[in-house]
Amino acid sequence: MITDATISDMFPALHQEVGGKRLVYLDSAATTQKPQCVIDAITSYYECDNANIHRGVHTLSQRATTSYENARTNIAHLLGASRPEEVVFLRGATEAINLVAQAWARPRLCKGDEILITEMEHHSNIVPWQLVCEQTGASLKVAKVLDDGSLDIDSFKELLTEDTVLVSIAHVSNAIGTINPVKEMCSLAKNVGATTVVDGAQATGHMQVDFSDIDCDFYAISGHKMFGPTGIGCLVGNYDILQEMEPWQGGGDMILTVSFKETTWNEVPFKFEAGTPNIAGAIGLGAAVKFIEDVGYDEMTTREQELLAYGRNVLSSIEGVTLIGAAEHNAGVLAFTVKNVHPHDVGTILDSSGVAIRTGNHCAEPLMKRFGLTATCRASLSVYNTTEDLDVLGAAIQEAIRMLG
Amino acid sequence: MSDLRELYLEMVTDHAKNPRKRGKVEPCTHIGTGHNPLCGDKIVITVSVDGDVIQDVKFDGEGCAISTASADLMAEVLVGKTLEEARDLFDGFHKLLTDDASLNDVPRKLQVFSGVREFPMRVKCATLSWHTVIAALDNKNEATTE
Repeated sequence: MITDATISDMFPALHQEVGGKRLVYLDSAATTQKPQCVIDAITSYYECDNANIHRGVHTLSQRATTSYENARTNIAHLLGASRPEEVVFLRGATEAINLVAQAWARPRLCKGDEILITEMEHHSNIVPWQLVCEQTGASLKVAKVLDDGSLDIDSFKELLTEDTVLVSIAHVSNAIGTINPVKEMCSLAKNVGATTVVDGAQATGHMQVDFSDIDCDFYAISGHKMFGPTGIGCLVGNYDILQEMEPWQGGGDMILTVSFKETTWNEVPFKFEAGTPNIAGAIGLGAAVKFIEDVGYDEMTTREQELLAYGRNVLSSIEGVTLIGAAEHNAGVLAFTVKNVHPHDVGTILDSSGVAIRTGNHCAEPLMKRFGLTATCRASLSVYNTTEDLDVLGAAIQEAIRMLG
Repeated sequence: MSDLRELYLEMVTDHAKNPRKRGKVEPCTHIGTGHNPLCGDKIVITVSVDGDVIQDVKFDGEGCAISTASADLMAEVLVGKTLEEARDLFDGFHKLLTDDASLNDVPRKLQVFSGVREFPMRVKCATLSWHTVIAALDNKNEATTE
């Protein structure tokens, strides 16, 4: 039986004081805290197994290779990829999207082609496509967001035409937590023959994701937002499409043979993993996957939905607090503004109460603009949070209002 | 909390809630736009200079309590100062926020900002208006805290 206390006990960084107050960590959409098992896996790799992978015949290299490849297998299993080779280790979701942009889209797109995204994308799912548009002459189309923060599916359908070559959409909005109907959207996109990318950075730390069921071509993952270390993430890609793609970066490990006349590429996924990868990061992410499986996505989603409902109640009962985005399907993100108090001032005052939230535009400037805002406050939840955390948040906001409101 | 409360109360009651120098100097001789990418805040500062002396300074735009109060107090302090004095004040103010500068180097009105030193992430909020006004006086027109 996993209780609130046992989950939070697994995260050493949660048990500290900030400015004399108990730390209340509500910034998991920026990065989750790390469970002890992830920290131990990284330490153990460096203490016992540290060696380069794939090319070594000695024992440590074999151990490191096994751990690294086991992590890939575990991630493939967790996310419903049909084979481990569909998982490419990269620096993070941003790099995963950039890989698709440069290695899939750039050589294939030309003038007249369209890339369709939504108004709620993170900058990392906007800017890589703007670069591709500049490079190829393709154009970027943007589906609208409704007032409640959900996607305007009619706008999405309207913009989906025979010119749409690629669709790239957030599974979960980082700024307001909206969960998009990605399976339906990918199916609509496939009907017009478009290739599909889902930015899953905000999904895999919170809810079950099934790559095969969503039936997208590419799914981008951020390790540090799912209890893993920073600097590691994955692109899950359809095996056949990955096969068709040319490599993105050249270097060691991504080749089969090299001569000055001709070089041949290694198999998928190694073709996309030039140079020594983040071995410790991948092993740490493998441990995070094990943690997620132990707790269970059902348990995580249930807890976070309960906390979200509780948090919405706490915030909406405070006069002067406005919640931004209240889509029916929402992950554990509470985006809000406080009347007469700038989000930065809210953030500083909350910090002095031990409460860590994010303030600003959350790398989603176009979405902020859509809601007529330059900045918001964002409290984001994870499985280790408690209702008590949200009570402390509420009290700290009231303190901010007393001081500045 | 007490330090923070002090920092906010002194400034906010007086200047962030009811800034005296919000608006535009018309006609102005210098104009500058400041941008803090961290929070998206933008500020427009207009200045009229006669010879070597600043006649008036006003600011426009929305920002947090720290940046609004800082802009307002700066605008008050700069009126009647020479261009050289304005630059010296900026240097003193900047040191106050980043080093252990002596309080004697800055006018009393600005000393309240010494508390911002304790919040490194907020130093840019307090200095945005100063960067902007110096850029305006240098005819650079645009400033950023980055």
